[in-house]
Amino acid sequence: MVATAVAIARMRSLFATVMLAGVFSLLSALLFVNLDAVDVAFTEAAVGAGISTVLMLGTLALTSRVERPSSRSPVIPLFVVIATGAMLIYGTLDMPNFGSPDAPAQLHVAPDYFYGTEKDIKLPNVVTAILASYRGFDTLGETAVVFTAGIGVLLLISGLRTRRRRDEDEEEDET
Amino acid sequence: MMQHHLILRVVVKILAPAIILFGLYVQFHGDYSPGGGFQAGVIIAAAFIIYGIVFGLKQAQQVLPGWVVHKLIALGVLIYAGTGIYSMMAGYTFLDYDGLSPAYPTGGQHNGILLVEFGVGVTVTGAMVTIYYAFAGRPPRISDEEW
Amino acid sequence: MSWEFIVGHLPYWLFITLMMTGLYIVVAKGNYVKKIVGLNIFQTSVFMLYISIGKITGGTAPIFPLDLEVDPETVYSNPLPHVLILTAIVVGIATTALGLALIVRIREEYGSIEEDVILDIEYRLTQHENAVHGDAMGGRA
Repeated sequence: MVATAVAIARMRSLFATVMLAGVFSLLSALLFVNLDAVDVAFTEAAVGAGISTVLMLGTLALTSRVERPSSRSPVIPLFVVIATGAMLIYGTLDMPNFGSPDAPAQLHVAPDYFYGTEKDIKLPNVVTAILASYRGFDTLGETAVVFTAGIGVLLLISGLRTRRRRDEDEEEDET
Repeated sequence: MMQHHLILRVVVKILAPAIILFGLYVQFHGDYSPGGGFQAGVIIAAAFIIYGIVFGLKQAQQVLPGWVVHKLIALGVLIYAGTGIYSMMAGYTFLDYDGLSPAYPTGGQHNGILLVEFGVGVTVTGAMVTIYYAFAGRPPRISDEEW
Repeated sequence: MSWEFIVGHLPYWLFITLMMTGLYIVVAKGNYVKKIVGLNIFQTSVFMLYISIGKITGGTAPIFPLDLEVDPETVYSNPLPHVLILTAIVVGIATTALGLALIVRIREEYGSIEEDVILDIEYRLTQHENAVHGDAMGGRA
């Protein structure tokens, strides 16, 4: 996966970049299965490898295919990135070991959710129970975000005719 | 409009209903196995998108017109929020599914989760298909040969 | 630093490496589509970090048997990160689509999706405005 990411960073052809991004998504879906998050893996495979690749290809068809070489030097971004990464790694030093059952994250609310799902809601899939019932407000918010994004895309590029005509007029004025 | 390969068209024609069916399974079986509204919405949208890619936008919009999809986006959020409002009407707090059937809270929870997930699925389907229609509806800048 | 510690933290470090690759693409590349791809990589690696926090060694996916007779011996991984990330992925694709739509609009206005070119056009536009309306605005536009 690191290899895919680095290849994306170096690749100039945007078409190959988008395809590699799809590969990256699929690999991360496999990783999610390994980490016991089957629901997440499901979503990632459907969304990342499916829809987002289609959308990016759609954008490429509307824009251009090849990236121009950047004139800026990569030294400063590289420095920023390494500094940030070093700080984040320093932050992980205090974290419990990977997969340890007595980490703080496992002890706080998760046992309550397990208990409640078994006794009160009586549904086998704990993820769904938490998603829709215990954290229903969150999910309502997320749905609203998807709603807003859909409306936003609609406003931006669905081509309201009056607006496009006005834009064309403006372009003619400038030239 | 470029005609795609025959095999591609036939396979997509057979596959699209199967994808939608699988999406519905994921939607309503989300309580028992991995899945739920978000995944189902994306999968159902993928069926329409693949149909649109192979047969062209016009054909896809004959199956599912743009204005219907726009209504779907809002309908999903309304179903979700409406479930919450209903439980408020029944004298419980917002989105407390016990209010859906006070005599049997567990059943209420089941129904509530199903309804809410359905709302999520409808919104996600609507949003994804809308986004695809919006992108595909633009005249392309680079010709097919350039790919 | 013991061997156990290093092995226990290696996954986190890998995710951070990925995250930084994404950040590098966002910061260093001028092409907007490339930036969005970089943002997606960053996002996915944040998801992985999150999910990895909920993982318990020897655990299994948080789905009970159908008859709901849960064996107390079975260890389930923490479902809470799964829920949060599940919604985040779909919201992520929605916002990505919004970004891509913006790119399409930018391309229509400027004829390019390269940051350098757009900055150049903006600079020349400002110069032009300054030359035309400069006096009315006190020489500073």
